[in-house]
Amino acid sequence: MKIWIQKQQALIDFTLASLARRKLKNAGLLLVYTLIVFLLASVMLYTSALRHDAAAVLKNSPEVIVQRMVAGRHDLIPPGYLEKLGRIRGVQKKEGRLWGYYYDPVVKANYTLMVPMAEAPGAEKVADANIVVGAAVARERGLVPGNLISFRSYSGKLFSFTVADVLPHAAELVSADLILLSEADYRAFFEIPAGHYTDIALSVANPQEVRKIASKLSEALPDSRPILREEVLRTYESIFNWREGIVLVLLSGSILAFAIFAWEKASGLSAEEKREIGILKAIGWETGDVLKMKFWEGVLVSLTAFLLGYIAAYLHVFSFSAALFEPVLKGWAVLYPRFELTPVVDGFQIATLFFFTVFPYTVATIVPIWRAAITDPDAVMRG
Amino acid sequence: MLFQPAIIALLLASAVSVLMLAAAAPFALQLVRHWDIRSGSERQLQLERRTYLMSTLLSFVFATQLLALLLFVFNADKMSVMFVGAMCAVGTLNANEFGFPALISQIGVFFLAAAWLVVNHADSRAYDYPLVRVKYLLLLGMLPFVALAFGLQLEYFLNLKADVITSCCGSLFSGEAKTLTGDASAMAPQQAMILFYSALALVIVAALFNVRQPRGGYLVAGLSGIAFVAAMIGIVSFVSLYVYEHPHHHCPFCLLKPEYDYQGYWLYLPLFSATASGLGVGALQPFARIPSLATIVPQLARRLSWITALGFALFTAVATFMIWNSNLILLEG
Repeated sequence: MKIWIQKQQALIDFTLASLARRKLKNAGLLLVYTLIVFLLASVMLYTSALRHDAAAVLKNSPEVIVQRMVAGRHDLIPPGYLEKLGRIRGVQKKEGRLWGYYYDPVVKANYTLMVPMAEAPGAEKVADANIVVGAAVARERGLVPGNLISFRSYSGKLFSFTVADVLPHAAELVSADLILLSEADYRAFFEIPAGHYTDIALSVANPQEVRKIASKLSEALPDSRPILREEVLRTYESIFNWREGIVLVLLSGSILAFAIFAWEKASGLSAEEKREIGILKAIGWETGDVLKMKFWEGVLVSLTAFLLGYIAAYLHVFSFSAALFEPVLKGWAVLYPRFELTPVVDGFQIATLFFFTVFPYTVATIVPIWRAAITDPDAVMRG
Repeated sequence: MLFQPAIIALLLASAVSVLMLAAAAPFALQLVRHWDIRSGSERQLQLERRTYLMSTLLSFVFATQLLALLLFVFNADKMSVMFVGAMCAVGTLNANEFGFPALISQIGVFFLAAAWLVVNHADSRAYDYPLVRVKYLLLLGMLPFVALAFGLQLEYFLNLKADVITSCCGSLFSGEAKTLTGDASAMAPQQAMILFYSALALVIVAALFNVRQPRGGYLVAGLSGIAFVAAMIGIVSFVSLYVYEHPHHHCPFCLLKPEYDYQGYWLYLPLFSATASGLGVGALQPFARIPSLATIVPQLARRLSWITALGFALFTAVATFMIWNSNLILLEG
């Protein structure tokens, strides 16, 4: 065993020296390899961080949201509906929610106007004629706490509000376009009579009961549409995975190009390299030893490229907000939230990335390496 | 569901493996037909050189299969969020009828590949390459299995539709289910424990005996296979219960999750390596009488038997420790 390790050490040592002798050629390969890893790793890190953030955001949303449907469209919850729901076993709390969209012609964007739930943080700041705005709204309209702002409601009346607070930047992913206002203001602004709600939020303590509760709901209220948090999560997961997959498939052209490049590099041995292998074999190296040396060469190049590419991708995604892939992977909106992604790295992702990069490289180089390894010493030295 | 990165990676790996083996098949045939170590002809020289390529290629393909097996299980676990009712890999694998066959065929390919690598290793150490014909015949025999594994995987992923209601491990591994896995978990813990410990004890003893007197290769291989099955039954029917400390959670995959501190790796790594080397001992046995292998085979068989004995012993120790350490009381008295 000890001898085996010593032998490998010597081989690695030799390989490193031999790589260093042809700096330019190997640097070219390393650069392209690193670039490929960087591209793919950026896509993977970015989507996985988005997925992670989506899950983190949804963690605090209600387990079930009930909407009322009229002619297949989402409609207001009429008075008495909440009571008709009755007591469903497993539901800890049910609450009518009030929210809606408002188009602001000044910034040409939609705001989400919402009445905060009773115990939500910041709810106490939303007194009548006061609003709390999201960070993107504040940015676009140049608002700071204390400012006065007026909106013309859909009925044509003008309403003025005092900005009580701006929501923290940390929550921007969910609250970029949000405006919180009091229930009385909301009802006056949208002219929604008392007793009506936009939808109903249910909290369920046991996640395994959620589906049962949903089926009970649709039985008790056939015109309702329960939306489950787990379904939303699942959909996000599918969408981001799908987007990631599409981008990877698009990038597969570059993986193929890279494999061809690696093949060319490995098969286009210079006369000097050929002579080197010839001499090695003349002094007693076997074909197997040459193969082992080439194997270590591949390992060293792959590891270096993988590490460099992965670190570069990490910096690209988490320090420079993935400037290259943002438009494809994130989607867009006028009031797009500015947010920093939480760094997430997992082994599964690294294993997948490995299959996309090191695997094609190895496949492409096996045959050329073997060709080099079986070179006859006399043929090389005579030629 | 094809556009998932891990699925693309898995299919890529399998497809390339099949392609490489298929491309190697004509050469393998040529080797089998024309190999003659005593000849000094040009063709023989060429064939000898080609064997280097073949064994490199195959080692690579088989190493890939091993990694792919890991990724397959990981992927199944990760995707469970996308299926209603699936909470871990079981639900995902159960989402259509090809899931478990794909996994089992992947495990089968892994063990076949390991046995082939052992034979290849023995052959390359002998001066006259006595097993070249056997090796490449075996390779031709393995090609259909690798292709089958790829086909099952492709079929599985193509038919995977998110949102299908699948059963979570809770219902699949409950006693009522009329499946093999159901039967395994329905086995009374006491019976399963007897089977588990006796199979493991037998294989450890046989392997240790083989270290002293390497003649019982087939016995070790057979017992390794039995012990592998017994160990899986044991994991499903009682070891997992002790780990989860829950009398009805029989899942063999959740063990690998971070919630349970990745304890599964301590079980599966020794188990798989012990079984693979145990099967390798059996694969070597028929060649013990070849003169040029007369010293090599017993030496290798000894070493592999050691690995088998140690691996199974470690597995038993880890499983016993898990049971010991658990707060669950499954058997009274």
